[in-house]
Amino acid sequence: MENISFKIDGRVCSAEKGQNLIEAAKQNGIFIPTLCHFKHLNPLGTCRVCTVKNNGRTIAGCTVNVEEGIDIEVNTPELLDARKAILEMMFVEGNHFCPSCEKSGDCQMQNLGYETGIRFTRFPHLFVDRIVDARPERIVVNQNRCIKCKRCIEEVRTNDGHRVFNFTHRGNNTVVGIDYEQEAKLSETQAEHAMHICPTGSILVKGKTFGKPFGDRQFDFGPEGKMIPLKEVKKHKTTNKKKRIATTSLAGCFGCHMSMLDVDLGLLDLLEVVEFNKSPITDIKTFTERCDIGLIEGGCCNTHNIEVLREFRKNCDILVSVGECAIWGGLPAIRNTVPLEDCLKEAYLNSMTSEKGETIIPNHEDIPKILNKVYSNREVVEIDYHIPGCPPNANHIWNVVKHILFEEEYSIAYPEFKYD
Amino acid sequence: MKRTGLLSRLWEFQNNYGYISENAITEIAQELNVSKIEIEGVISFYHFFHLKPTGKYIIYLNNSIISEFKGFSKVKAAFEKETGCTFGAYCKDPLFSLFETSCIGLSDQEPAALINFKPFTDLTPDKVKLIIQQLKSGVYPEQIANNPKSKIQYTPEESKTVFFRKYLLGNSLKKLKTKNPEAILKTISNSELEGHGGAFFPTALKWKSCKESSDNKKYVICNADEGEPGTFKDKALLNNLPGLVIEGMIIAAYVTGASNGFIYLRAEYKYLLKKLENTLLEFKQKNYLGKNINGIKNFNFKIKIIVGAGAYVCGAETALIESMEGKRGEPRIRKYFPTDFGYLGKSTIVNNVETFAKAARIIELGAKYISSIGTKKSNGTKLLSISGDVAKPGIYEIEWGITINELLQLCQATSPHFIQISGPSGICINNTEFNRKICKEDLICGGSVMIFNNFRSITRIIENYVKFFKEESCGTCTPCRAGNQILHEKIKKIKRGICTTKDLNEIKEWGKIMQLTSRCGLGQFAANSFMMAIDKFEDYFNLKVAKCDDNCKIEFDMQSAVYDYDNLIKNTQFELTE
Ligand SMILES: Cc1cc2nc3c(=O)[nH]c(=O)nc-3n(C[C@H](O)[C@H](O)[C@H](O)COP(=O)(O)O)c2cc1C
Ligand code: SF4
Repeated sequence: MENISFKIDGRVCSAEKGQNLIEAAKQNGIFIPTLCHFKHLNPLGTCRVCTVKNNGRTIAGCTVNVEEGIDIEVNTPELLDARKAILEMMFVEGNHFCPSCEKSGDCQMQNLGYETGIRFTRFPHLFVDRIVDARPERIVVNQNRCIKCKRCIEEVRTNDGHRVFNFTHRGNNTVVGIDYEQEAKLSETQAEHAMHICPTGSILVKGKTFGKPFGDRQFDFGPEGKMIPLKEVKKHKTTNKKKRIATTSLAGCFGCHMSMLDVDLGLLDLLEVVEFNKSPITDIKTFTERCDIGLIEGGCCNTHNIEVLREFRKNCDILVSVGECAIWGGLPAIRNTVPLEDCLKEAYLNSMTSEKGETIIPNHEDIPKILNKVYSNREVVEIDYHIPGCPPNANHIWNVVKHILFEEEYSIAYPEFKYD
Repeated sequence: MKRTGLLSRLWEFQNNYGYISENAITEIAQELNVSKIEIEGVISFYHFFHLKPTGKYIIYLNNSIISEFKGFSKVKAAFEKETGCTFGAYCKDPLFSLFETSCIGLSDQEPAALINFKPFTDLTPDKVKLIIQQLKSGVYPEQIANNPKSKIQYTPEESKTVFFRKYLLGNSLKKLKTKNPEAILKTISNSELEGHGGAFFPTALKWKSCKESSDNKKYVICNADEGEPGTFKDKALLNNLPGLVIEGMIIAAYVTGASNGFIYLRAEYKYLLKKLENTLLEFKQKNYLGKNINGIKNFNFKIKIIVGAGAYVCGAETALIESMEGKRGEPRIRKYFPTDFGYLGKSTIVNNVETFAKAARIIELGAKYISSIGTKKSNGTKLLSISGDVAKPGIYEIEWGITINELLQLCQATSPHFIQISGPSGICINNTEFNRKICKEDLICGGSVMIFNNFRSITRIIENYVKFFKEESCGTCTPCRAGNQILHEKIKKIKRGICTTKDLNEIKEWGKIMQLTSRCGLGQFAANSFMMAIDKFEDYFNLKVAKCDDNCKIEFDMQSAVYDYDNLIKNTQFELTE
């Protein structure tokens, strides 16, 4: 085979003529992230996560075959940001509740989220109601998690060559449809193969769980020593010499607060430099002084949450959303795909234990009103930093806090950066 | 049946039964030896195929922005009232089924609808009432349908008119007898003909590439899928000069050595089918199609018409090819040109209706003649479809280089404010740009010119575009599928008055990402007009922006956030006390 030379980001690389760019780049030590790309499949070019520039023109990297003299750009700021944006689009388009997903930790999309350091999405979450389809014989398809990469469509076939999956509909209604008849013909191994090639947790095999504990999953550690940098530390004018922290839990489960306490003895070191004001930790109920940092757990599901959040914004120099709920709604936002009326009626009027005509939907001028959906804190006030995780790792939280307070750029060790 | 026959097979079922049933799907899947979901995937891709029973009369009402401004919602309400049906719903045993549909190429006569694919134009609630009454009483749609000839409002002086001059069948084909394919290609190349479908790719280059291909079979495809909202110039050509278009295709076949040709006709233009078929027949009878065409030995070429099924994206040439192959109309990845790997993997040229017509005129009149008209870079004339707030909507054959101002005068525009050039995927211009020239050097135009006066809401215009793209995206790639939905969220914010400067900046940033990363032109251009409008109509958008202070984002709309809850409590309380 003929060897050719070409350039990636100005660096001379060599590869076999006609080789797929993704593979060729890898051989030359350059990583181009991909999701739909799959070893032997014809390039699908659906996810666009591998977007690069070829001689100045953007194109999906997986559809490029290398040729002599081509000039490829991969890691320019513009392209890095565009690729990150596409991943963010996937997160907002579907309903990706990592903590409740069987494939969390083994999910390629989640891993790319870590790799690209996505803490929050710039886009609004769409919360489209999608179905979880358990009708197939062997598999369950959770459409909430489907990113429409087409891998299963191209790869999963019955022994007589029939497709099991195919796109149906188009535009924003495009879904991966299942052929129940053909699906029933899949062997256990074939079904498992379908589950494994799905880059998210959309296809699962009934009765099989990933069943691996935290720490043993495919993407729990990442490459040795890999750090996820944050370059966007802003300059803050903080008020106090001994830094003051306030915390609160809105629509959360207090898990993030538990995690804060998980630094154990580290807390003592921390108290050398900071003191806590309003916080469940101190049981101080109202702000007594202006604070440097406010740590917010949970998003806003009722009017009281909004008031507290606004109060925090007024009284803190820097606001940090801690945990998935605070960042985009998290688990409470599972209700966002269902109209509020249905939720409340189901919970209070039509539930198994409520007798007809005997129960009401709680309401009183003293109790907060439920909002039409769970709002992320970003939608209500300006948020300065986001610490992902459900809950975030204790080291992650305090690392961020310390570095923001002292205006240093920081990075988080890969294993401490999680969405679950 | 071959897979390539799938679309026409599905049409058979759709026409005969009003929908494509589970049984029909099973039958077709067995014949093709594929799984049923594959067939279902194809059916559900196309707007005009239905998986559930429809009524005897299927009404497709156009919801383009032109229609919207000319009374769409009143007409829609009238249809619902008169028929007792709901748009988009499949009822049990209905007489009527109502659906909205994207532009149907009747922008000069909006609001317009297709009833069983027969055109009904300039609709009003009264007209609707009458139509429905007549249909109910057993009158056939074809008996009362309009004959929507687009008015040819303007042609340049006779010596400069290229398209709408006298046409004699076979005038251009005569030249083939004395010139070899190389010479014909040379003429096309000398005329610097560029594709009139919107991309302006040099036609001679495309034809040359196909000519040089060693494939044993080659194809010539005429793209008559004209789907860009506001365009109806291809329809005017097919209606007035079908022969000229076919001659262009024959010339292309002569140059490239293709043996088979197709006209991919959008289903919205089905009422032109008969005319086209008759013209093809006439060509056959005169030996301009068939074997040894025009007495030229071994020059064999035939043309078949394929009817689309309602998908804007099928106008993109690789999607069109996929569609012809009996698949979902998803654009292919940009790896090969169709001239390398086209229909059924063979070298294929796809050209626009107008491109073929112009090619025929170039051969008839000579490259020199055409080059003497127009500007330096844009030769000859161009057909424009003008619609909107003008006294004289219709077809304008203009010499390249005409200014917008001249155009506005010709069509008698009233207080023009916002002009959309080349459709929603094109660009919008404001009144500081009305002295710009329509030509390659300045403002290129694919054919659609939509003119809006200063009473028209720009938010509504943009919202209409975004919805259009959201629905017409093929759904295959992330930035276009998700991006258009996300942009729609921003529109909602603007409409609710809680949009900030930050939102406007984000629209521009996010639109850029769609431009950069989308797989085909649809996604790449979908955000263009929105982004441009923000800059070009700054005053308008400044008024739309809500001010926010540093800390609290006032854009959070507490009232609407608790509205559902308050309502629910009110209603359920009521139930209890009852
Ligand atoms: C989304 C999309 C829609 C298109 N629609 C049409 C169309 O309706 N008619 C057309 O002639 N070209 C359309 N095109 C352009 C075609 O892809 C192609 O460039 C054209 O048919 C080539 O013919 P030409 O060189 O004669 O212009 C479309 C392109 C895109 C990306
Ligand atoms: S840009 Fe839109 S229409 Fe084009 S391939 Fe992507 S999803 Fe399909």
